[in-house]
Amino acid sequence: MANALDFGPYVEIENGKRVVKELTYGNPTPEGVVLTTVDNVVNWMRKNSIWPMTFGLACCAIEMMSMGASRFDIARFGAEVFRPSPRQSDLMIIAGRVSNKMAPVIRQLWEQMPEPKWVISMGACATSGGVFNNYALVQSVNQVIPVDIYVPGCPPRPEQLIYSITLLQQKIQAERGTIKRALNLTS
Amino acid sequence: MPILKNIAAIAKGMSITFMEMFQPTTVENYPDGPGPLRGAKFQERYRGVHVLQRDENGLEKCVACFLCAANCPANCIYIEAAENTAENRISGAERYAKVYNIDYNRCIFCGYCVEACPTDAITHGHGFEIATFNATNLIYRKEQLLAARPAHLGANPVFNSAEVAGGAPAEVAPGE
Repeated sequence: MANALDFGPYVEIENGKRVVKELTYGNPTPEGVVLTTVDNVVNWMRKNSIWPMTFGLACCAIEMMSMGASRFDIARFGAEVFRPSPRQSDLMIIAGRVSNKMAPVIRQLWEQMPEPKWVISMGACATSGGVFNNYALVQSVNQVIPVDIYVPGCPPRPEQLIYSITLLQQKIQAERGTIKRALNLTS
Repeated sequence: MPILKNIAAIAKGMSITFMEMFQPTTVENYPDGPGPLRGAKFQERYRGVHVLQRDENGLEKCVACFLCAANCPANCIYIEAAENTAENRISGAERYAKVYNIDYNRCIFCGYCVEACPTDAITHGHGFEIATFNATNLIYRKEQLLAARPAHLGANPVFNSAEVAGGAPAEVAPGE
């Protein structure tokens, strides 16, 4: 639509194709053929092997487990390996409400994850506290750790979580300077 | 001969595995499926992103009575009411919702707003792809929630199409 407002998750580029708005940022100047090609390869490998951490906090974890099971098979995205150790995982899915007592634990687990690491805030409670606007819960997990993707819902259906994983794949693929950072060449 | 017995047992067991290859697959085809839902299958009663309905004249059904906001357990609905005038008629009754925001950071999709609505203005659609990189994107405005205008728009001469066309929702919002 020609006069569509400039909000919402999508923005239109040429040929009526829609892309996610947050993914259109980035360095438009190419850094050279070799580096960008290697970046693309590394990003492609990373986005197809996102290993989440086995980490459920509340009822959202049921849907997270459902996503890993055979009906909504996230092995299709290479993300089926739930790792029990933060040192082996790439993705932290905050599945459930974050209590004040759990917040330092989440922070420590996140710090134990090796780079590159991503965080999905799953459900209304993790994103903003949801209905539990009280003293016991941290209102939004992004007060403790940086969050990449917010998934609303109570709990979100596995499809919604799969959608967030495809968003995360797009984000990883759009990353620039991957190989430089991996080789510790950034100034 | 125990070895023949063992082979027979393994063959019997593997035959079940082999027969399973011809069974239909149970995996949902979600992101690769056809249609606007991309292969996601929902029950009719599924409560997704809200849709603010219009009546048969293309006017908004919402009359800004605040019952949905009062019923919301998460306090995620924000409404500002305004009076309809003869020149600027938005809804069928005296008042209309000038601002209607739903904060999907907090919304728990319980459906209490839909139950409370006396004019059946707010309903649940099947929109579900609302995950985002930025939490501020999750505060949906009225323009994003409104249903698309009916095909016979223009039936109502006082309908202020300019304002709605400025905030036409259609593509981003509910049906997707």
